Amino acid sequence: MPISSSDAILSSNLAGLTRDEIGLRHHSNTTNASYPSGRLPAQAGVGLKPEHYEAVLSTRPKLGFFEIHAENYMVQGGPFHHYLTRIREHYALSIHGVGLSIGAEAGLDKAHLDRLAVLLDRYQPESFSEHLAWSTHGGNFLNDLLPLPYTRQTLDRVCEHIQQVQERLQRRMLLENPATYVEFSQSTMTETDFINAVLQRAGCGLLLDVNNVYVSCTNHNRDTHAYIDALSLSLVEEIHLAGFAEDRDDAGARLLIDAHGSPVAETVWNLYRYTLERTGPKATLIERDNDIPPFERLLEEAMRAQDCLIAATQELTYDVAG
Amino acid sequence: MTLQAEFSAALLDAERLVPSGLIAWNGSNPDKRFAVYRNNVVTSLIDALADTFPVTLELVGDEFFRAMARVFVAQTLPRSPILAEYGDALPVFVENFPPAASVPYLADVARLEMLYLTAYHAADARPLDNAAFQSALADSAALPNARMRLHPSVGLLKSPYAVFSLWAAHQGAFGIGTVDPYRAEDVLVVRPRSDVEVMPLRSGAFYFLEQLADGASFGDSVMAVGEVQPDFDLVATLSDLIGVGAVIAINF
Repeated sequence: MPISSSDAILSSNLAGLTRDEIGLRHHSNTTNASYPSGRLPAQAGVGLKPEHYEAVLSTRPKLGFFEIHAENYMVQGGPFHHYLTRIREHYALSIHGVGLSIGAEAGLDKAHLDRLAVLLDRYQPESFSEHLAWSTHGGNFLNDLLPLPYTRQTLDRVCEHIQQVQERLQRRMLLENPATYVEFSQSTMTETDFINAVLQRAGCGLLLDVNNVYVSCTNHNRDTHAYIDALSLSLVEEIHLAGFAEDRDDAGARLLIDAHGSPVAETVWNLYRYTLERTGPKATLIERDNDIPPFERLLEEAMRAQDCLIAATQELTYDVAG
Repeated sequence: MTLQAEFSAALLDAERLVPSGLIAWNGSNPDKRFAVYRNNVVTSLIDALADTFPVTLELVGDEFFRAMARVFVAQTLPRSPILAEYGDALPVFVENFPPAASVPYLADVARLEMLYLTAYHAADARPLDNAAFQSALADSAALPNARMRLHPSVGLLKSPYAVFSLWAAHQGAFGIGTVDPYRAEDVLVVRPRSDVEVMPLRSGAFYFLEQLADGASFGDSVMAVGEVQPDFDLVATLSDLIGVGAVIAINF
């Protein structure tokens, strides 16, 4: 399928807009955004871990939402469903897939899509998201988010798959920007142009992982602000924050790894604030999947994100008033 | 070979050249960068197995377990993104893994741990309470033709080794050094409510439960056990099953 002529406009971005224009746009979004139906509230949330089920239910922390990995709950019964059902009664929910393999050369796994439909039907989450990546090949699941070359062929495939997902699930999904460690000589588009094109053509929203932006930009020597500015920020519906691990490549350059095993880094907090100035307040998740700390530690990070969100809201009001 | 075929083959074989077309901004050798993916795939799957098989790991030590799991992962990737299902092929692999031959009970301990995980995530059902159980048993005329429905989380294991005792020692019930691993034990695993119960079975009870699980009537199951296990204690076994919550219905 050839790329459509309307794609030419996709590489335009918000960088050319004035601050007032951005501020006004966000204000119009956020007037109804206190708890819009079918959307996550523009507040801080935390990834839900079995280690924290009891703490969540007994302390009922002030959080906007919880996020789960879809595949962990594709089981018939037991404590996972027991606790999630109870927690869901009190909080908005984001279901985040890690195994759909949107970028796979082969077609989508229909059985997996059916399982997702069952899970989404059961919990009616405010948001469903997946990754710009592939994770299956030849019927095997590789348990990692693997990178894609940015070509027209990949674009066609990814868009077709997202459309299939949205059709099957009867809802708009969010696509997350990747953390990558290599680039491909085959690529003919930048990552941001590719993402913008997918958002436009497939009609999905953007889950902007700010840690992934920092990791990828460091790994590929790109400017983080330019990367953020190049994205279609009006389509951001959720933000992810996480910690990275650090290594060196063969030439001694920094090689960051999206490890989700440590607190959010200061540089990523700075980039998060930079992002919020452009997107306005958006649902923000503290992601932690390894070396899980006590729940209070994650809550502290979530409260810090919440402070940033409040500051971003006040800034919008000020922008419009001024 | 497609890019993803080349990529996935290289992920699992460290000897294989990295896929063509990988580049880095500074022209550095892509091997080191590709190694991040290799490590992510293999290490995350080894970690998943270590989570599922903690007693198996303890019996051989972390280093041995991880080396063994690395060989398993390279041969047997998950067939689905649901990692709770990954590992069901590990026991057979362990059984045929020559370096583990000196620990012949290792595969059965792994089987018990897989049953535990399966029971943990199995469908929910309410166990039959004691009063309902007693009234069903009182109907002695109809009982032989009745069918006992086991809880959907029930798992059964028959072993020539002391799998229950090895498992229980790991839970802190007693020192692992006190366990004679070469004593045969049969085990029942069930999750009647929120917690998984692991219970050693009396003589003949495994066979009795196997008959019930296959849909045999109560009477036929008792008869069948009596033929192979004359010392089978039906009353004590029923008391165990109701106590642990392994039966959800008796259908007349």
